[in-house]
Amino acid sequence: MITTDICIIGAGPVGLFSVFEAGLLKMRCHLIDALPQVGGQLSEIYPKKPIYDIPGFPEVKAQELVDNLMEQIRPFNPTFTLGERVERLKQMEDGSFILYTSDATEIHAKVVVIAGGLGCFEPRKPELPQLEKFEKRGVEYMVKDPEKFRNKRIVLAGGGDSALDWTLFLANVAERVTLVHRSESFRGAPDSAEKVVELAKEGKIDLVLNAQLTGLEGEDHLKAITLSTSGQSQRIEADYLIPLFGLSPKLGPIADWNLNIDKNAVEVNTFDYSTNIPGIYAIGDINTYPGKLKLILCGFHEAALMCQSAFKYVYPDQKLSFKYTTVNGVNAF
Amino acid sequence: MVQFSVIDEQGMTHPVEAPADMGLSLMEILKASDYPVLATCGGMALCATCHVEFTEGLERLPEANDAELDMIDTLPNAVNASRLACQIRIGEHLQNAVIRLRGDGN
Ligand SMILES: Cc1cc2nc3c(=O)[nH]c(=O)nc-3n(C[C@H](O)[C@H](O)[C@H](O)COP(=O)(O)OP(=O)(O)OC[C@H]3O[C@@H](n4cnc5c(N)ncnc54)[C@H](O)[C@@H]3O)c2cc1C
Ligand code: FES
Repeated sequence: MITTDICIIGAGPVGLFSVFEAGLLKMRCHLIDALPQVGGQLSEIYPKKPIYDIPGFPEVKAQELVDNLMEQIRPFNPTFTLGERVERLKQMEDGSFILYTSDATEIHAKVVVIAGGLGCFEPRKPELPQLEKFEKRGVEYMVKDPEKFRNKRIVLAGGGDSALDWTLFLANVAERVTLVHRSESFRGAPDSAEKVVELAKEGKIDLVLNAQLTGLEGEDHLKAITLSTSGQSQRIEADYLIPLFGLSPKLGPIADWNLNIDKNAVEVNTFDYSTNIPGIYAIGDINTYPGKLKLILCGFHEAALMCQSAFKYVYPDQKLSFKYTTVNGVNAF
Repeated sequence: MVQFSVIDEQGMTHPVEAPADMGLSLMEILKASDYPVLATCGGMALCATCHVEFTEGLERLPEANDAELDMIDTLPNAVNASRLACQIRIGEHLQNAVIRLRGDGN
C-alpha cells in the first residue's frame, strides 16, 4: 500500500499546484489520474492553445504551463499513479482514508483532495444495442496490450489519428484488421491516412468507408459486428471491436462518495474548500460555491487556502506559521 | 429576432427565439436557454458537447470550417447533418431551422 499525507485525485493544473503549496508546509503528496499523462484538460483537450490569463505569463501554451508546474513541484518529490481511476474511498476510525483504484492500487492518506476537474476522461462510446454486455468481452476502448490482439480479427472504428495509428500498428499484429469510418475520407494526419489507404489497396487491411456500426453479435464473447454502408447492411466476423472516438470527461465514481453534489460539482465551504466530509477537500473545476469561476487561476488560489486547512490533519499537534517563499526559499524533501 | 425549434433529449420540440444582431453563437443561446449543453471548451470546437443535428435547415447554413469538421469526424454518433452549435452564428440563416441536441449533457 502507498502511504502519503495528501492523496490528490486528478493531476490537472490545480492538482499539480497543490503539491507545491502542500510541500511548503512539509506535507507529502501522491497524485492519481485516470489519464496516462498529467495535465488534465490542458494536456488532453488543448495542449497547443495559448492561455492569456495566468498571472505573470502574458501568454503560455497549455502544455508549457503543465511542464512548468511539473518543474515547480519537483523539489517536493510527488509520486504518481497514472492511467487508473479512483473508484472508492473508505474512512478509517482515526479519520484517515484508504483509496482504491480501478487497478486495485491502494493508497493510505491523512487527507483527500479531489481536484477532479470535469471528471474522469472516458472514451466516447458508439450508440449500439448490447454494447455494455460486450465490454471486456470483445469490445475494448483502448489498446493497452497489443499482444492481446495477435492473430485475432479486429474491427476498429473511427477516423481520427488514434484510429489511423492503431490500424497501422495492428495491421502487423492481428490476423485481419478492418477499419470502419463514417465518411468518405480521413481528417487525421495525412501521412497516416495515406498509409492506411495504401495498405487497403494492397489488400493487407479492409477499409469500410461511409459506414455506421449498427450492431454486435455473439454469445459470451463478440463474434461479429453489423454495419450499414450507404443503406446496405453488412456483417463482419470479428473477435474484437475497438471504437476509437476520443475521450470526454464524466463525473464518474465521485458521485457515489456521499459528498454534497450540485449539478455535477462538489459543494464546498469557501473558508477552506472543505466538503461535507471532514478531511476531504475539493478544488478546481470540480467544486462549486456562490460565485465560482472555472478558471485555472481560481483553482490555484483554492489550493493555497486548502493546504492551510489540511495541515491540521497532517500535523495535529503543530501550530502553523505562515511564511513567504522569499523568506525560507523552497526546501526540498 | 430569428425563430427556430429545438428537439431535446426526450424528443420534445420547443420553439426558441434569439436576437440576430448580437453576434452570439447557437451554443450560447442554447446554454442561456438552459438546454443541457456543457460547452466545456467554451466554443473552440474542441469538446463536441454542443453537437447538434439539423433535421431541417442545414442547407441554409454557411459551411463548416476545418476545425469543426475535424471534431465532428471523431464523434461516434455523428451524422451527415451534424454541426457544432458553437461554430454557428445566430442569424437569418437559422429562421425555421429544426435542431436536435446530440451532445453529451453529462
Ligand atoms: C479548450 C479550453 C480552453 C480553456 N481556456 C482556459 C483559459 O484560457 N484560462 C483558464 O483559466 N482556464 C481555461 N480553461 C479551463 C481550465 O482548463 C480548467 O479550469 C482547468 O483545467 C481545471 O483544472 P483542474 O485541475 O481543476 O481539472 P482538470 O484539468 O479537468 O483535471 C482533472 C483531472 O482529474 C482526473 N480525474 C477526475 N476524476 C478522477 C477519478 N475518479 N480518478 C482518477 N482521476 C480522476 C481527470 O482524468 C483529469 O485529468 C479552458 C478549458 C478548455 C477545455
Ligand atoms: S462548445 Fe466545445 S465544441 Fe462547441
